[in-house]
Amino acid sequence: MSTPFRVAGHGRVDRSATLAFTFDGTAYTGHPGDTLASALLANGVHRVATGITYGRPRGIVAAGVEEPNALVQIEAPFPEPMLTATTVELYDGLVARGLGGRGRLAATPDPARYDAKHLHAELLVVGAGPAGLAAALTAAGTGARVVLLDSAPECGGSLLGTREHIDGRPAQEWVDAATRRLTAAPNVTLLTRTTAFGHYDDHLVLALEKRTDHLGAAAPRHLARQRVWRIRARQVVHATGATERPVAFDDNDRPGIMLASAARTYLHRYGVLVGRRATVFTTNDSAYDAALDLADAGVEVAAVVDARPTVPERLSRACAERGIPVHAGHVVTGTSGVDRVSRVHIAERDGRGARRHGVDCDVLLVSGGWNPAVALFSQARGTLRHDAGLATFVPGGPLAAVRTAGAADGLRTLGACLADGIAAATAALTALDIAVAPVPVPAADTELPHPALELWRVPSPRDGVDGAAQFVDLQRDALVSDVFRATGAGLRSVEHVKRYTTVGTAHDQGRTSGILASGIVAEALGTDVADLGTTSFRPPVQPVAFAAFAGRDRGDLFDPVRVTALHAWHQEHGALFEDIGQWKRPWYYPLPGETMDDAVRRECRAARTGVAMMDGSTLGKISVQGPDAGCFLDRLYTNVMSTLKPGRIRYGVLCGVDGMVLDDGTVLRVSDGEFLLTTTTGNAAKVLEWMEEWLQTEWPELRVHLTSVTEHWATIPLVGPRSRDVLAAVTDGLDVTADAFPFMSRRDTVIAGVEARVCRISFSGELAYEVNVPSWYATSVWQALYDAGRPLGITPYGTETMHVLRAEKAYPIIGQDTDGTVTPQDLGMSWVVSRKKKDFVGRRSFGRAENLRADRKQLVALLPVDGHTLLPEGAQIIATETIPAPPVPMLGHVTSSYRSAALERTFALALLRSGSERVGETLYVPLDGRTVAVTVAEPVLYDKEGARRDG
Amino acid sequence: MTADSSLRPVRTSPLAGWDPALPPGLSAREVPFRTQLTLRAAPGGAVARAVAEYLGHPLPGPCTAHLDTEVEVLWLGPDEWLLVAAPDRAAELTAGLRAAIGDAFGSVTDTSAQRTVLALAGDLLPDVLAHGCALDLGPAGAPAGTCHTTLLAQAGVTLVVREAGPRQAWLFVRSSFAGYLAAWLADACVEYGAG
Amino acid sequence: MQLIPCPWCGPREETEFHYGGQAHVPHPEDPAALDDEQWARYVFFRDNPKGPFAERWAHTAGCRRWFNAVRDTASHAFLSVYPVGAPNPLGDGSRQGQEAGA
Repeated sequence: MSTPFRVAGHGRVDRSATLAFTFDGTAYTGHPGDTLASALLANGVHRVATGITYGRPRGIVAAGVEEPNALVQIEAPFPEPMLTATTVELYDGLVARGLGGRGRLAATPDPARYDAKHLHAELLVVGAGPAGLAAALTAAGTGARVVLLDSAPECGGSLLGTREHIDGRPAQEWVDAATRRLTAAPNVTLLTRTTAFGHYDDHLVLALEKRTDHLGAAAPRHLARQRVWRIRARQVVHATGATERPVAFDDNDRPGIMLASAARTYLHRYGVLVGRRATVFTTNDSAYDAALDLADAGVEVAAVVDARPTVPERLSRACAERGIPVHAGHVVTGTSGVDRVSRVHIAERDGRGARRHGVDCDVLLVSGGWNPAVALFSQARGTLRHDAGLATFVPGGPLAAVRTAGAADGLRTLGACLADGIAAATAALTALDIAVAPVPVPAADTELPHPALELWRVPSPRDGVDGAAQFVDLQRDALVSDVFRATGAGLRSVEHVKRYTTVGTAHDQGRTSGILASGIVAEALGTDVADLGTTSFRPPVQPVAFAAFAGRDRGDLFDPVRVTALHAWHQEHGALFEDIGQWKRPWYYPLPGETMDDAVRRECRAARTGVAMMDGSTLGKISVQGPDAGCFLDRLYTNVMSTLKPGRIRYGVLCGVDGMVLDDGTVLRVSDGEFLLTTTTGNAAKVLEWMEEWLQTEWPELRVHLTSVTEHWATIPLVGPRSRDVLAAVTDGLDVTADAFPFMSRRDTVIAGVEARVCRISFSGELAYEVNVPSWYATSVWQALYDAGRPLGITPYGTETMHVLRAEKAYPIIGQDTDGTVTPQDLGMSWVVSRKKKDFVGRRSFGRAENLRADRKQLVALLPVDGHTLLPEGAQIIATETIPAPPVPMLGHVTSSYRSAALERTFALALLRSGSERVGETLYVPLDGRTVAVTVAEPVLYDKEGARRDG
Repeated sequence: MTADSSLRPVRTSPLAGWDPALPPGLSAREVPFRTQLTLRAAPGGAVARAVAEYLGHPLPGPCTAHLDTEVEVLWLGPDEWLLVAAPDRAAELTAGLRAAIGDAFGSVTDTSAQRTVLALAGDLLPDVLAHGCALDLGPAGAPAGTCHTTLLAQAGVTLVVREAGPRQAWLFVRSSFAGYLAAWLADACVEYGAG
Repeated sequence: MQLIPCPWCGPREETEFHYGGQAHVPHPEDPAALDDEQWARYVFFRDNPKGPFAERWAHTAGCRRWFNAVRDTASHAFLSVYPVGAPNPLGDGSRQGQEAGA
């Protein structure tokens, strides 16, 4: 296979090796060091994609991340959409195809690993072009930690695509020496293939390193394919270079129309000629370098069209020497061609298309000037100013810890960029009080170019709507006429025009189109682009795959899985688990062949008629100690805690200042100066933080200490009429009779050789105990209880059974039966609200008019009349059997719903408007297009008298 | 624990049996059953002085730990320390500390089973930690004795630097998070050729 | 990822902190003495200035301490941190403090 456009004597690709790849179904070859774009161009392929809206053929425009056109889909080795052909490093076996603006996600999980890593440095230098390398070399000598990163596989930046000299030698020699020095320096981290994509608060710069993409199918599986570096630097230098921008003219989107600098880069970096016969259209000096270099490499340059009235003498002479015609004061007015540009139409700029003539060519190289790459600097809140001489926006000056250097600073000569890099690093380190030895500036070209002409577009010479064939944003297929329509509709801000036209919203973030759009808006409005400004620059400046953002937080590591000390036992005994926050809790323990309903019915029956046990270790536990502990708890709980006697337990409710229930739990008085309170599983951290907030900010005078002991203690509820027998069997000498060990009291004992705190607490209404032991001993104590209970049929149960048992007793679950709008009174728990205490958090809110309304939503039970329909939680409640026309008056909703073994029916808890007044009424719950009749009942459905708690 | 002496209670640590495949350059093990007591006292006050006298060394200041003594002390907050000692010393130390504190306002809570300890060491340690810890743990900023309560990946940890680099560190992690953290560490090591 | 200067632990990433709203809004001494509107002012109303704002923060993933900070709500920059109980560096102009703290 021949690659007809590869030229000898140029380029940095490794021609000793050949890589095979396939594009749009055709097999090609390239070399290591190629991008997909350079390899395609070497094979003479320009047309690589299709415009998203108009379906026009599109070619390769640029040689780097600014590429607006050449989006490709990788098909093999793993599908990946929406990559630019100019940034995909070629590898053997690559299969890709061009896109019309929309990619396709892989249907299978990505097998590659992705990760993230933190990095700290005194100085971060973004960009390893001449200015960045000079900056890093300056800092490397100080011993300070320096990070230098660059998107390319090797250092050099623009020097890789030009043929400039430093210190009288080819610049590449200086680049190689600098790279060697930086690689060897222990204080320097040099990251290639790494693109900074966002500059965030406090100088956190995120950068994406593509670590094994270029290896294709040969990438080692254990290495992260891509890594997000989280770089926290004390000083940052953005040596991000500049991006050439095009000029808009009629039919400026044909394949073969490229940025002039890109053609030069393809020649010098990849040894590729982008065509045989070129026309160059420019507004500034830089495109002449491309014209001259291409001519010297054998390309016939048919014409240089310079919009400026006069051409610098040095450049016109160089063109004349090579026989290149130069048309000063001319512009390109349009192009012809089918799948590729074949003819360029030029005319005098001031002649409105007069004296038009055509120039035949197969590539048109365009330069409308250079935009410093200021996106990252701008994200760091750096300001921009318009520079008339450069016809673009440049940084307005350094920030305290963020600077720009080189072409990013608006500098246009190599000598100035090198000096600026040294100066920026010196200033940055000096700001950190790090001494910097003076560094000599390498000798390089410092001859300033002639001023550029600010030209955004060439008016259409055709009849019809002006700009209707002039593309501003090639990827979005947004036209100059679209911009005019936006301004015609009254839009004045470039931000609004951006949203209206979508200019600058594609993968390239408007690198080549954004400022062009500003200029055209300015033209349309008759204002100065300097006053109009640019759209803001947002991260990520380059697309980043979601997989890279996810990193290793996938699969089992997506969210921490918290388990109790008994988790292994639950697994061994067949438990299915329910996620409660980050906790895995046993949900139910099905026996072989059992459905969930079967298992839950069996577990409920055991708890109500025999003995059952569960893992309650996830309950939050807070030790409250100090002489003022009782006073502190009195101020927080709605009831009185300070009167508790040591060894006694009280249920309590916490409300916010708004009087709404925040959490509930039990409070055990361990001793005069120590309480142990429990919180709901999901609220453990929140309640501790909330209590600390009151203690630290409102009542710092109280002598109270709060310490979380949630995971120190394992908690095992032992439940059911036979639970006393089991406890008696495992303890030696503990008097378990109801009189000696009354409800809501604590006894210390020894179980399985372990000191245990046993509390008589019930969340089911049955006789029940909570056995607390340090969590190291949970399994052996659990096993001892289980073994002792086996003769009585002891049954482990999970959260589902717990919910059924508590709901039968109308014990609310905070966060399920409440939602932050529910008071204790709404829950029918006025008894837990002290009338004696002068104040506690939330008390005053109970007297607010809103909270005294008779039609508040209150907790009730709902009994489906048919006895067996299971109402969905969240179902709405209405008053009529038929659903009225919208808006349907809603009376409330179902908060909990279960099948009850004890009641031999389904039932639900609900928050119902004026609920307590509606007891006995029949209401309706819409369900699957019909309504279910329900009877409203007092919430407590089982053992209303509380006769069962003593067994 | 002074339980029924005839029956030696069986205990299990959160990472019992943890034996991850690790690359050369990193070692990791659980240090189970440490005695851990949470001390709350006003900094520089009478209780802090009494405890320091009892321990024989002062309580460490912010973000540091007092290491290599019979009872090691980790700073957790301005009035909060974690006292760490060999297994099975909770009752004895609690009694001693409470006696030293007397009637003054200070508290000692047995939190031994609240957290477990992962001991990590090796040249790879800085890299592995950098995958999940946002703090600058370089030797200049984090000498031996540095103690930070922070996040490692998505788990809260108290990280104690025992040798600068860090070449040796202890991670104190809530028992329920230990499995997650252990899995995260093992997964982080895949990059470096584990397994 | 902003860094927040914990007065005890130094600069830490913002994910280690929880926000506690406006600082210097004391719980009224005697809520029962307030009418509904005065009480509602305390419960539901807070200032929302553009610019420096005195706030409460808690270093929840670190030392568990609450502290106060003056933060510029336009730039997010922390201008100062100071202990709970110390006077408001922005002056004692808290509307809530005057109306509801009576």
